[in-house]
Amino acid sequence: MIEIKNLHKSYHMGKNSLHVLKGINFSVSEGEMVSIMGSSGSGKSTLLNILGILDEADEGSYTLDGTLIKNLNEKVAARYRNKFLGFIFQSFNLINYKTALDNVSMPLYYQGVKRNIRTEKAMHYLEKVGLADWAGHLPSELSGGQKQRVAIARALASDPKVLLADEPTGALDTKTSYEVMELIQGINDEGKTILIVTHEEDIAHMTKRIVNLKDGLIIDDSPVNQVRAKTESYV
Amino acid sequence: MSKIFSRDSWDEIIQALSSNWFRTVMTAFGVLWGIFILVILLAAGNGLENGIKQGFNGMATNSMFMWSQTASQPYKGLPKGRRYNFKTDDVTAIKQNVPGLRFVSPRNQLGGFRGSNNVVRGLQTGAFDVYGDYPEIIQQQPMDITSGRFVNYSDIKEKRKVAIIGSGVRSALYEPNEEVIGTYIKINGVNFMVIGTYKKKGNNGDPEEMQKEIYVPFTAFSQAFNMGDVVGWMAITAADGYSITNLKSQVFDVIKTRHTINPNDDRAVGNFDLYQEFTKIQGLFTALNFVAYFVGILVLLSGIIGISNIMLIVVKERTKEIGIRRALGATPWSIRAQILLESIFLTIVSGMAGIALATAVLWLVNYQLSTMDTSEMMFINPSVNIGVVFIALTILIVSGLLAGLIPAQNAIKIKPVEALRTE
Repeated sequence: MIEIKNLHKSYHMGKNSLHVLKGINFSVSEGEMVSIMGSSGSGKSTLLNILGILDEADEGSYTLDGTLIKNLNEKVAARYRNKFLGFIFQSFNLINYKTALDNVSMPLYYQGVKRNIRTEKAMHYLEKVGLADWAGHLPSELSGGQKQRVAIARALASDPKVLLADEPTGALDTKTSYEVMELIQGINDEGKTILIVTHEEDIAHMTKRIVNLKDGLIIDDSPVNQVRAKTESYV
Repeated sequence: MSKIFSRDSWDEIIQALSSNWFRTVMTAFGVLWGIFILVILLAAGNGLENGIKQGFNGMATNSMFMWSQTASQPYKGLPKGRRYNFKTDDVTAIKQNVPGLRFVSPRNQLGGFRGSNNVVRGLQTGAFDVYGDYPEIIQQQPMDITSGRFVNYSDIKEKRKVAIIGSGVRSALYEPNEEVIGTYIKINGVNFMVIGTYKKKGNNGDPEEMQKEIYVPFTAFSQAFNMGDVVGWMAITAADGYSITNLKSQVFDVIKTRHTINPNDDRAVGNFDLYQEFTKIQGLFTALNFVAYFVGILVLLSGIIGISNIMLIVVKERTKEIGIRRALGATPWSIRAQILLESIFLTIVSGMAGIALATAVLWLVNYQLSTMDTSEMMFINPSVNIGVVFIALTILIVSGLLAGLIPAQNAIKIKPVEALRTE
């Protein structure tokens, strides 16, 4: 599903140049659930941005679902993002003047899906994350956990190949975090490929594989025994 | 392009604009005010123009009045300071020698400003201006014949002693319900039969004094008041396609030759060129119109800059939102279109509101004016035609586009990564 070879990326700030990724080789196959760990500055967010086609690598190749991602113009990049990827952010990034339902149907809008079909699909995904009753509410009327679940529904709406989650539980308390992780695990059980960037050990152990980054290099990449996030046991 | 008209795009625009109502309204007000000023200024100019032109009400503007003065230079043995009079033969000579003239009407006058009583009817007396005229004069200085008829050529030929009196004369000499046609009035001791009454419109000169005039046939006037072949002054109108301003020197030349006046003597013939005055006024209104557009568009411009400014802030504020949209698959073009459409929509809606407001104000003014007698006013029917409204709308659409251009360009310069990074 994801194939990365010898990926390099540096940032230039004035005269200083910061070499963030120093040759990453990494692949994810379909249905995997991988967490990327590392201390801050290890390059994990940069890696996620490149994986999300939000940023481009200086060197190396990135193949997503058999498509080489290189030198894309913004229009094609936008189409690929829409088709291949679903994003989940730490700060939810919902559009605050749109209802939960409108937020979820947004990727479908950019796909050019007709209005009634869009609403139907969005409603389906809201039901899936258990927020059907909140469809008409604005993000400001939802709790953090609910917001993140709306964001997950939105990420799923366009039926992407890969879900990319950047610290999905970073802004949530433990209980809510586990609820969200349970949801994500459920999505993975249905066969969706998921990548999670996190620095929380317990969250990482809820995935099936942990990739450890340090100073722009992968220092460890090993499968783990997945801990199921059964919320009941923590209540 | 189809996106522009889809309900989704409009939902997006309405949502975005209504997310901060107060600011949207304040921004819109700038454009509203600009277009309001533009329309009101143009309408006011129009109203003034209508009012002033009413003063010329039907008057043959391509005309001049010409009278004799004293020769200011000696010529062929004749001294300077010599008086002379136009003669009836001059009229024929002018008609023959100057092509392109429509009317040459000789005129004579009795009475005048604060003249003594010169008209008697029974026990009533009054001081009125009495004119000896040809029938054409009614086409040069129009008046409404309210009863009877005006002077005709049979009157001229037969030197009939008939008179057309103004409503002011009628009220001074007659009882309110008395029949006037067929009665006699005595002008300077000579009886004239009243054959018509008139009423003059317009605001040129004293409207009350204008109704106190008596018109009699030129020939009858000359005979009755011993004028011989003397002509007091002339009203000359050029034919369509000619300008009296260009023809008048030819007319003067004819007069100067016939009366042995130095060709270089500019002061021997007095004249008032109505056409020149009219052209001046016309020019004034062109200038006024220009000023209205100039001021209106500048005020509008400041409103547009306001919109552009707010759109820049909106883009800045929505950096994150734009980032999210990009991450969800929005193309740069769809972002740009959104900002442009928002800006155009805001401009057009506020512009329409401005036009509507201006129309309402004009309607009120017109309503007020319609309850008054506007025949003597300098300001009538302030309005703009539909063409001006379309010009204003075009200006609005173009300026909305311009206002949105820079912000839209700014919006797509934002990289999704950077947009999402701002917390």
